[in-house]
Amino acid sequence: MSDTTLTPRRDAVSAARPAPPPPRRIGFANRVSRLDHKVAPYLYVSPFFLLFLVVGLFPIAYTAVISFMDWDMVRGTGTFIGFDQYAYVLAQPKFWIALRNTFSIFLLSSVPQIIIAIVIAAMLSQNLRAKTFWRMGVLVPYVIAPVAVALIFSNMFGDKYGLINTTLADLGIPAIPWHSDAFASHIAIATMVNFRWTGYNTLILLAAMQAIPGEYYEAATVDGAGRIRQFFSITLPGLKPTLIFVIVTSTIGGLQIFDEPRMYDQFGTGGANSQWLTISLYLYNIGWGEWNFGRAAALAWILFLIILAIGVINLLVTRSLVRDGTTAKARERRRSTLPPAAAATPVARQTQEKRR
Amino acid sequence: MNSHVLRRTFAIAAIAAVAVVAGCGTSTDTGEAANNSAADSGSSSSAEAGDSSSSAESSSAEASSEAPADSGEKITLTVATFNDFGYTDDLLAGFTAAHPNITVVHNKAATSNDARANYFQKLGKKGLADVEAIEIDWLPEVMQYSDLLAEVPADLKSRWLDWKVQDATDKDGRLIGYGTDVGPEAICYRSDLFAAAGLPTDRADVAKLLDGDWANYFSVGQKYVDATGKAWFDSAGGTYQGMINQVAAAYEDPSSGAIVATDNADVKKIYDQILAASAKQSAHLGQWSDDWSAGMQNGAYATMLCPAWMQGVISGNAKDVTGWDIANVFPGGGGNWGGSYLTVPANGAHVEAAQELASWLTDPAQQIKAFANAGTFPSQVDALKDATLLDATNEFFNNAPVGQIFSDRAAAVTVSPFKGEHYFQVNDAMQQALTRVEDGTQSADESWNQWVSEVKAIG
Repeated sequence: MSDTTLTPRRDAVSAARPAPPPPRRIGFANRVSRLDHKVAPYLYVSPFFLLFLVVGLFPIAYTAVISFMDWDMVRGTGTFIGFDQYAYVLAQPKFWIALRNTFSIFLLSSVPQIIIAIVIAAMLSQNLRAKTFWRMGVLVPYVIAPVAVALIFSNMFGDKYGLINTTLADLGIPAIPWHSDAFASHIAIATMVNFRWTGYNTLILLAAMQAIPGEYYEAATVDGAGRIRQFFSITLPGLKPTLIFVIVTSTIGGLQIFDEPRMYDQFGTGGANSQWLTISLYLYNIGWGEWNFGRAAALAWILFLIILAIGVINLLVTRSLVRDGTTAKARERRRSTLPPAAAATPVARQTQEKRR
Repeated sequence: MNSHVLRRTFAIAAIAAVAVVAGCGTSTDTGEAANNSAADSGSSSSAEAGDSSSSAESSSAEASSEAPADSGEKITLTVATFNDFGYTDDLLAGFTAAHPNITVVHNKAATSNDARANYFQKLGKKGLADVEAIEIDWLPEVMQYSDLLAEVPADLKSRWLDWKVQDATDKDGRLIGYGTDVGPEAICYRSDLFAAAGLPTDRADVAKLLDGDWANYFSVGQKYVDATGKAWFDSAGGTYQGMINQVAAAYEDPSSGAIVATDNADVKKIYDQILAASAKQSAHLGQWSDDWSAGMQNGAYATMLCPAWMQGVISGNAKDVTGWDIANVFPGGGGNWGGSYLTVPANGAHVEAAQELASWLTDPAQQIKAFANAGTFPSQVDALKDATLLDATNEFFNNAPVGQIFSDRAAAVTVSPFKGEHYFQVNDAMQQALTRVEDGTQSADESWNQWVSEVKAIG
């Protein structure tokens, strides 16, 4: 069937080719420039996607394959065992402890971090002397390598001779068991994360704050609103889209937290009773400690699904919070029964038309 | 309209074709691909470490594979080590002097962790050096793949201490590692703290005092604790390691490989003994923690198990302390902690030449030079009798005759503990169980039960 339909078409093409008359050069140049218009944009974006295909998509798919196997890393062979690895991981008490720890550290770091970042950003957006100095200053912790941060803080959080506990001892307060109490260890790790990321978020929020039109504040001042009222009624609502971006990125980062808990003690395995074992640290222990890559791959996919689920929740929250024109349109489009590809094509066509 | 679609499909097809080619390139090295994927979802730091070391390895491996294997032809051999094996350029030049056609390139990884990740990613595939160093701690895993390594010629076996050979011999009797150094254990102690507690301070007297079994070591410790109120040893975990390494088959059945740890009376006995002692005598400072290092300086504990390489750790951490000394004794017989081997991957380009090089490097004459360079304590019988070694003293430990002491301690090791596939998982879980009791998280019974359930889940 396909042959019969193809042949005439080929003939049609070959018949059509000699047809374009003499000014062949122009035709060729024209064709090249049209090709340029059509293909070039895709070529320009293709390096990223090619690279992503090789170093992103392929490993992700391969991880999925390995997660269904009892995998021998050295010999590069495995036997298919279905969902056994997933079942094993989900049956481990350590997995649930790691999940608890991950969320605990995530909440302890993200929530205070964003609140503090807003406050600092609000202060930095005031008229200060040496503005740039202060603004650059908050970014300094971000420039320090996370491992270096972890080393410095590990020294502070030493159980016996650490800076904090010796200070507490001088004040006559009992020492905090940083490495045996789960909650204390979460606070210590969250402190490292906050130290590193607060400044970064501050700068992003500061930029958003500066984008809020000054007229609003002037009008509010005329209406007699105080600084605090202005902050809650103008600044915060104006920050909403940026806040959502900050929250989403810190969620993804928080759920993958690895460097800080790994560097928190000398073994890097998450504590004797898994006090600060996070999901990605657990994954590392299984993969690189036990060389059990089938199991590690299964855990990686579970982590991926968890992040995906939270991403969806984030998206839903975002939609209900942000109500401007573009997202409303997007919502309508989603609601319509058209499949996404079909919905996208008219838009693509429109843009092509516009270009012409 | 139709031609647009055609062109678009063509473009996509071209992109896909490129991608498939690229995909094939990566999929040949399956181990690395698996590694990358897992790294993608979790750890960035380790992946970077692996990559950096791998690039160094592969470039040198290419260099070696260019030349043919014929003995008369010019070839390049690569040696990959980590930390400091004492293989200086001068030492390696000695091999080239004897074999003018062979150039030796030495690649040193910064840490043994980097080297370990690299080793297991490439073993059985391409990219390993012609001679690869491994640590004794990797042996349980390496022995599962002993068929991928070239066998050490039988006539060399008598070169090393028996237990050193036995550790690297697989089920079929193939020896796959050329022994380099060992970590025979003595007892390091603080003579100033001993004096304060009314205990003897001279190293010969201390050796006599501590000679015997572990019960004796702990009863002397109790005297010290009663007299001073301070801790006797550093941690339950470190001391446990010394004790469990004297058990021939602690966790696994050597013949079947089955995990027997939870039913082994020896393990439970040692567990109870060390925890009973540690309640009063341990400083509860986990080995390698910041507090532990600080404890060497500020006298948090009076004794510690002391393999030969620990000398540098102590002198580095306790520069201002003059009281550290070494006694020629180890409770319960001898003990070994650490040490390394050289291996020759069987699929290398120049296996025979590489075996020759590994044999030459681990020859007693070269090992003595390496000892002089880096303090790596030799595992060769003849090297242990060498005058250079026996005359060695250590100024920091009040000029203790460390060469003689550790040579004696190496001879005292009789047991070569069996370490099977699951040794490290079981042992790590045990170390965590001990830590839980030491830091007060759990009682000894609770912790033991949790360990049992964790061990049961392995497999």
